[in-house]
Amino acid sequence: MEKNCIYLDNNATTKVDPEVVQVMLPYLADFYGNPSSMHTFGGQLSKAVKIAREQVAALLGADESEIVFTSCGTEGDNAAIRAALLAQPEKRHIITTQVEHPAVLNVCKQLETQGYSVTYLSVNHQGQLDLDELEASLTGNTALVTIMYANNETGVVFPIEQIGLRVKERGALFHVDAVQAVGKLPLNMKTSTIDMLTMSGHKIHAPKGIGALYVRRGVRFRPFLIGGHQERGRRAGTENVPSIVGLGKAAELELLHLETATTRETQLRDRLEQAMLANIPDCEVNGDPTQRLPNTTNIGFKYIEGEAILLSLNKYGICASSGSACTSGSLEPSHVLRAMGLPYTTLHGSIRFSLCRYTTDAEIEQVIAVMPDIVERLRALSPFKNDQAEWLQQQLIHR
Amino acid sequence: MWDYTDKVLDLFYNPKNQGVIEEPSEPGVQVATGEVGSIACGDALRLHLKIEVESDKILDARFQTFGCTSAIASSSALTEMIKGLTLDQALKVSNKDIADYLGGLPEAKMHCSVMGQEALEAAIYNYRGIPRTIHEEDEGTLICSCFGVSEPKIRRVIIENNLTSAEQVTNYVKAGGGCGSCLANIDDIIRDIQKESAKSQPISRQSKPLTNVQRIALIQKVLDEEVRPVLIADGGDVELFDVEGNIVKVILQGACGSCSSSTATLKIAIEARLRDRVSKNLVVEAVEL
Repeated sequence: MEKNCIYLDNNATTKVDPEVVQVMLPYLADFYGNPSSMHTFGGQLSKAVKIAREQVAALLGADESEIVFTSCGTEGDNAAIRAALLAQPEKRHIITTQVEHPAVLNVCKQLETQGYSVTYLSVNHQGQLDLDELEASLTGNTALVTIMYANNETGVVFPIEQIGLRVKERGALFHVDAVQAVGKLPLNMKTSTIDMLTMSGHKIHAPKGIGALYVRRGVRFRPFLIGGHQERGRRAGTENVPSIVGLGKAAELELLHLETATTRETQLRDRLEQAMLANIPDCEVNGDPTQRLPNTTNIGFKYIEGEAILLSLNKYGICASSGSACTSGSLEPSHVLRAMGLPYTTLHGSIRFSLCRYTTDAEIEQVIAVMPDIVERLRALSPFKNDQAEWLQQQLIHR
Repeated sequence: MWDYTDKVLDLFYNPKNQGVIEEPSEPGVQVATGEVGSIACGDALRLHLKIEVESDKILDARFQTFGCTSAIASSSALTEMIKGLTLDQALKVSNKDIADYLGGLPEAKMHCSVMGQEALEAAIYNYRGIPRTIHEEDEGTLICSCFGVSEPKIRRVIIENNLTSAEQVTNYVKAGGGCGSCLANIDDIIRDIQKESAKSQPISRQSKPLTNVQRIALIQKVLDEEVRPVLIADGGDVELFDVEGNIVKVILQGACGSCSSSTATLKIAIEARLRDRVSKNLVVEAVEL
């Protein structure tokens, strides 16, 4: 197993913070009781769960009673969408975007087969929404608007509160998949228009298999997992106490580091981005340059293919990801980049670097050092060198 | 993460025979090029062959590839495999041979080996002046519109690799990997081929290779019994002129004989039938007297 690497794939998952590991260990070893038990040995764990709930609530600017622990972001999304529809059975319309995570997109597609109509809002070349399109799509029949806070592939941040105001005007529920935004942007549910918000543990240095759903007080919530009375009847199943405790600690650390990490990650990301643009011809940054997560950059290297770039980076122990067809597992390049209307020349050669608070200057310098040669080597192998390449011209005409 | 063999990784990190071949100044040597794929699909290969005219031998082979790790490795492997072969020998190289040379490819990456085989065929066809249009849809019914894959290509890959499911076909030629609406059609093609092969088992499963005389007789039989009735019904006909190695020379007659585009279509149809029934390496050439 490879242990040492330059990990720039933090939008995929993150390293569990050592402090998080430490607070979890006792609950994996000695304190194995069930928080629902009457005896002290089990019952004392409910205190640990309560503290974790407060820590997560603090990160979101929410009340402790508004936090429901889940198993992951996908569960949060599924539960929120289901709950919103069950709360307003007479309404049959959903609004989402073309660039959502599959945990929302595929749920919506399935709901279309069950009699719901779904509007998939488009995005422009920078990956931004058109608020007029949203406004035109909202009707009295709209039960739910479910839109991501920030995009996992490009880091583009949507104007969530402006969206929320319009949603509230039409009396729909507003769910936000904030899996990528939590810990990277300051959030305050007390002043927000958001009704439900999904977060995931493993994107904020907690382990995989734990997440949380914020449900605003007053929202009629029906559980997705039905069974016991846990989580105030909103999510049945014995609490995953070690991971909940870990998520609490991770949330506390995110809040503590939020400001400094944001500044640092922005600097490092910008340094990386500017060096790529300056040192490598024919590459461009995908996505809104200003409304973007501090840790993410998505760069399109024209005329070469993303998986070949990733494998070349892998040789230097650098971990990143790509939206190319060969990495998507579906033969089609990323639905996000396609929705943005990127040209084919860029689409297959897009690489996402996503940083975290552990990313060092030296790591970024290493990427800057190796990337130009990697791109040059693959371009030397490619039959397409520039937009004027004869074969490419032929193909663009035929399309 | 893809599970690549060491051979794939080696040819990706240290590819052999990349680049182009300049038009040669020496007499008796020609350069042929074959192009497959496109930047829209995510992989494309341009193969260059340096051919000694007299001996029909491939003196040198180079590639230019836009694509992933296994596309680059498959291209490089192909060039290594075909150097020194005659064109007829090279035409026998199948996508499976390329994958085997690499010690295997992940199932989802088999289409990279298919791209290599197709570029090779395209280059040789170009060199021999056999029409092979850029548009797949001209060669047969378009099955997968997302990736522009036609029926003959799907049939070929099913037969050569003994594929039994639409998902496998997607891995080999991408068909069905987009919107997925053609998966049912692919199921039908597979069922069709399975039926055909059950019928033709006595011919295609012969354990002993055919002698030349037997082979010519079989070609004649297939033409007489399976091809000519269809053509005659349409006002045309075909006559076997000669068989040289894997090249089957035929004379096309009647309604179709004069039009060059229909000749090309017909040639491919006859070739597909003969390959199916006699030998997969046959190439049909139309001759005019």
